[in-house]
Amino acid sequence: MEIKFSETALAKANQIIGRYPQGKQKSAMLTMLHLAQSEFDGWLSTEVMDYVASLLSVKPIEVYEVATFYSMYNTKPVGKCLLEVCQTSSCWLRGSNEIVDHLKKKLNIEVGETTADGMFTLKTVECLGSCGTAPMLQCGADFHENLTIDKVDELLDKLRTKNERSSYLKSLVNS
Amino acid sequence: MGRKLLLEHINEPGIQTFEVYRKKGGYASVEKALKTMKPDDVTEEVKKSGLRGRGGAGFPTGMKWSFIDKKSEKPRYLVCNADESEPGTFKDRYLMEKIPHALIEGMITSSYALGAKTSYIYIRGEYMYVAMILEKAIEEAYAKGFLGKNILGTDYSLDLYVHAGAGAYICGEETALLESLEGKRGNPRLKPPFPAVAGLYACPTVVNNVETIAAVVPIVNMGGDEYSKIGVGKSTGTKLISASGHINKPGVYEIELGVPVEEFIYSEEYCGGIWKGRKLKAVIAGGSSVPILPTDLILKTAKGEPRLMTYESLADGGFATGTMLGSGGFIVLDETASVVENLYTFARFYHHESCGQCSPCREGTGWMEKILHRFRDGHAKKEDIDLLWDVQRKIEGNTICPLGDAAAWPVASAIRHFRKEFEEAVMNSLELAHV
Ligand SMILES: Cc1cc2nc3c(=O)[nH]c(=O)nc-3n(C[C@H](O)[C@H](O)[C@H](O)COP(=O)(O)O)c2cc1C
Ligand code: SF4
Ligand code: FES
Repeated sequence: MEIKFSETALAKANQIIGRYPQGKQKSAMLTMLHLAQSEFDGWLSTEVMDYVASLLSVKPIEVYEVATFYSMYNTKPVGKCLLEVCQTSSCWLRGSNEIVDHLKKKLNIEVGETTADGMFTLKTVECLGSCGTAPMLQCGADFHENLTIDKVDELLDKLRTKNERSSYLKSLVNS
Repeated sequence: MGRKLLLEHINEPGIQTFEVYRKKGGYASVEKALKTMKPDDVTEEVKKSGLRGRGGAGFPTGMKWSFIDKKSEKPRYLVCNADESEPGTFKDRYLMEKIPHALIEGMITSSYALGAKTSYIYIRGEYMYVAMILEKAIEEAYAKGFLGKNILGTDYSLDLYVHAGAGAYICGEETALLESLEGKRGNPRLKPPFPAVAGLYACPTVVNNVETIAAVVPIVNMGGDEYSKIGVGKSTGTKLISASGHINKPGVYEIELGVPVEEFIYSEEYCGGIWKGRKLKAVIAGGSSVPILPTDLILKTAKGEPRLMTYESLADGGFATGTMLGSGGFIVLDETASVVENLYTFARFYHHESCGQCSPCREGTGWMEKILHRFRDGHAKKEDIDLLWDVQRKIEGNTICPLGDAAAWPVASAIRHFRKEFEEAVMNSLELAHV
């Protein structure tokens, strides 16, 4: 597979670079990696990172450094829907442990694993700024809040029926 | 009912749009500042208002602005800190999502005061949908002539952009934020130089929290003196509080600084009391980084005075018996909650978020998580309490940025005020070992 952004993503990339002063195109790095993840199956392979390096005229190592620092970048393949359950204080106080346990049982995977059909990856994350509507999980751009076991089951069904790769960026690429 | 300056129109249908926001008096501060005031006049009003940074440290905003290096020939930048990752804090998200133009307006007026021609809003990557809302609001503001070249026909021009992060609490620290904005890992810089002298691209830069910048709008509109009359003493104005945990009504509340903590927790106007008819056990008043206080010390100071929601009253007693207003992330624990397990979630958080540059922070946060894991899972020994105390003490004050302190304080305060719970955990461990 040739690694190349779609026309729209490329246009978006150039628009983003234009937001920073001349010669400071490296500032577009974070958004570029978000775009890349959205374009290439939700994760960043070495080839994809090298491609981003070429777009930004920086050394590949400068991209690897960044990709491995931030928690939203996946450097390994992930399922179509990444379920990120918050487990910090406010969510824990309101029962996030039960939500995680339920997901583990229901999907038959441990935290960090992907279901055999490649549909779901389960991840625990730290506070996502949704503490007043705890417990919560994020999937793509969507925050699912005030979770109960029933709501989690409903969500899983909905995501399975939709059968789409969830992206937190779709609207950015399309805007 | 307290006065609302930021959230007054929050329930107005369509307030997300330029049209409705403008109809409700929006963008008046831009008109007033650009047409009738010199940039320094705006800074002067902010100084008079007594506004203190709403991001956590509470540094006087007007004073911070006056540090900006005016002799430098380089461009100046205003960067809004919308990284909001301090556990328990969700007020900036609420403000940006519900009334995005309040932040855009504040950015324009503040950028004018600082002489910035390009400004950025650095928003945490997980808030991507909020970033889209801001992008849309910015587009509207350009279309209406409030951004871009020659705003409102004056000779002031400004470009404003949103920059999304990618998941890293440390990027809320202002120098790490600037590194991240330059497309690098979020490693905090050694200070000095301070951002006011060498910030973004080594140019003079001011970094301010979302709520701080939004507060500039009412300050310019009503005048700094008027604003300073709201609140108590050096805690002027209103403050957004994110309330969560074991309360009946979690949410974001705008309070006039000075509301008694007891009223904030129990009144129907705010948290509505403890859920399930239970009793209050402890409060973390200003986000995960501030000391936890037990019921008696959060409701009253050690001197027996009612504790107020102000910078000074919450800090009364220092770290021995007080805490901090911090980011206003107000987390409530009921009588059934385990302080030890709650602390474990914080320790894991700080270990996960340490950038790794300083060994006391990198190693210390790891050790604290490990030791607290032992407490949580029932194999802690008696010596572990002292060990935990020792580790936190060796981090504080020995690191490049305050994340190390922020990781140590919750541990120190939990042991100080809830030592018995740690001892009970040790006893339980002993019993478990005998089974
Ligand atoms: C580890 C760490 C995380 C921080 N996170 C934030 C944050 O998410 N938002 C914020 O406004 N300030 C945060 N701060 C404080 C900023 O460094 C800075 O003081 C603040 O943005 C200044 O704005 P203000 O004066 O308007 O409060 C953080 C500080 C530290 C040490
Ligand atoms: S204190 Fe921690 S987060 Fe801050 S610079 Fe040092 S290692 Fe990084
Ligand atoms: S603690 Fe879970 S969203 Fe804040």
